[in-house]
Amino acid sequence: MKNTIISLRNAVVEYDGVEVLGGINLDIVDKQFVTLLGPSGCGKTTTLRIIGGFANMKSGELYFGDKEISKLPPHKRQVNTVFQKYALFPHLNVYENVAFGLKLQKLPEKEIRSRVQEMLELVNLIGFEKRSVNRLSGGQQQRVAIARALVNRPKVLLLDEPLGALDLKLRKEMQIELKKIQQNLEITFVYVTHDQEEALTMSDTVIVMKDGNIQQIGTPVDIYNEPKNAFVADFIGESNILDGIMHKDRLVEFAGNEFVCVDEGFAPDELVDVVVRPEDIKVVNQGEGMLTGVVENVIFKGVHYEMLVDAAGFKWKIHSTICENVGDLIGMNIEPFDIHIMHKMKED
Amino acid sequence: MTKNRFLSKLFLYIVLLFLYVPIFVLIVFSFNESKSRANFTGFSLKWYSKLLHNEAILTSLLNTVIIALAAALLATILGTAAAIGINNMKKVSKTVVMNITYIPVVNPEIIMGVSLMLLFKGMQGIINFQFGFVTLILSHIAFDVPYVIYNVLPKLRQMNPSLVEVARDLGCNERQAFFKVVIPEIMPGVFSGFLMSLTYSIDDFVISYFTSGSSVETLPITIYSMTRRKVSPEINAVSTIIFLAIIAVLIVKNYLENRSLRKARDESLAVKNA
Repeated sequence: MKNTIISLRNAVVEYDGVEVLGGINLDIVDKQFVTLLGPSGCGKTTTLRIIGGFANMKSGELYFGDKEISKLPPHKRQVNTVFQKYALFPHLNVYENVAFGLKLQKLPEKEIRSRVQEMLELVNLIGFEKRSVNRLSGGQQQRVAIARALVNRPKVLLLDEPLGALDLKLRKEMQIELKKIQQNLEITFVYVTHDQEEALTMSDTVIVMKDGNIQQIGTPVDIYNEPKNAFVADFIGESNILDGIMHKDRLVEFAGNEFVCVDEGFAPDELVDVVVRPEDIKVVNQGEGMLTGVVENVIFKGVHYEMLVDAAGFKWKIHSTICENVGDLIGMNIEPFDIHIMHKMKED
Repeated sequence: MTKNRFLSKLFLYIVLLFLYVPIFVLIVFSFNESKSRANFTGFSLKWYSKLLHNEAILTSLLNTVIIALAAALLATILGTAAAIGINNMKKVSKTVVMNITYIPVVNPEIIMGVSLMLLFKGMQGIINFQFGFVTLILSHIAFDVPYVIYNVLPKLRQMNPSLVEVARDLGCNERQAFFKVVIPEIMPGVFSGFLMSLTYSIDDFVISYFTSGSSVETLPITIYSMTRRKVSPEINAVSTIIFLAIIAVLIVKNYLENRSLRKARDESLAVKNA
């Protein structure tokens, strides 16, 4: 049974007359890892701040369970936040930072001690209790910030790009660790990031946003394999996006050819966006493919080669494990189920 | 190259000499055995012991301390509140208020002294009060507040604005967030504002002279009136004591500032290491 723990209804937010959230609706399922993903300025942080109680909606409702809480001040909500750049209290040491929330609740000293200890264990910071937070590395500061929020046993933990300041390797470690923490504690995480890989790695549900509106809500697999529109396709992973005409069900024309595809339900001869992932284009010998192109550029990426191929007046991004030479003529094949057809986005 | 460095060092020493030789002479002569201001006839502490029995000086010293502490304390509270308000203002009104705040600092003290005296005189027509402690403390507050604002404001700007939100998130109401997070964060600024107010209040002569009336004398006023009658070496002794007290306050202030600078540096290092 899926229980919704937080819902937003028609949330509109304006700053100085500029709309930053255009009436969004979303339901966050209890005990899930939910990610708000989008480029900067898409409204993802604002959405998080509404849930945390730090931003006000111009109109709309926010439900926690079945209670409307949009007028509730932050300290009365059962959510805690891990802020961007940690924002630890510089005048307190590690222990005091983590104990801050519990001391406010006036819990007995003994309980505070054991709960802080438990949290420091969870984030691997045993032995750092007396350390000044200014003498911690970025990764350690991040762990303190997480422990400080989790020690209050919130129903929902909000995280605002918490790994943004860390280097790549540390970030990957922390991604796995965060996911583990979320599963062990069985609480809801709402995570804001602009890093699509981060979103795909950790999430149960990804919410893709753009310009204050939700573009798509789905599992990472859905979002990657079945992007709803060209924006999502482009933002999640790399894509070739072409203009096409959907002649009839399962037949689309693009790049000067007709292709068999698996999509149905479009109007006859509807103008559509055609999305093909770079790794879904099979390179074959010249003359054996549906398309023929000239290799313009090859970059070695470790696992694969990234090639730029000029074919039918379009520059194709292709990922291939076989290296071709610049200037070579190659053939290209695309399987029907690798062709994704999308309605044209409304211009705004 | 070396010649230039020599010259610049020489210049520095000459400047320091001009600044500190008079004070040095004063300190030396406070230990002089005779009344002479020209010849050092031998070491003695007699002016210090005489000072301890000089009722007038001791009373005005006590007055000075009471007034300075009271004025600095109240100015610190007022100035801190003002700084917080200014920090939250929009840019234009912030600039305006900051400039208004700056006027008492650049304004000649004599104008401030006279105008405060006129104000108090005028108010005497409305309510019945005497010039004395209250007028002195009020006028000292008036010139102390800008210094507090100038010390607190940078601390507020340096503070991570998310800290207040974190506190609210962890269960603080607005008042708790202020006292548990904002105040500790800006404390170094508040404290150095307090110390600056203290030193300016102890030091002040001109404004106090106009607003003290006849019943209460502060130490600078007492010293001034003593010099008009006959210059007693007791003045050297009391000046030495004040000088040393101010030096002590400044050392404490610098120590605290260095500590908070070091802390800021550690912080940026930690971020770099991240």
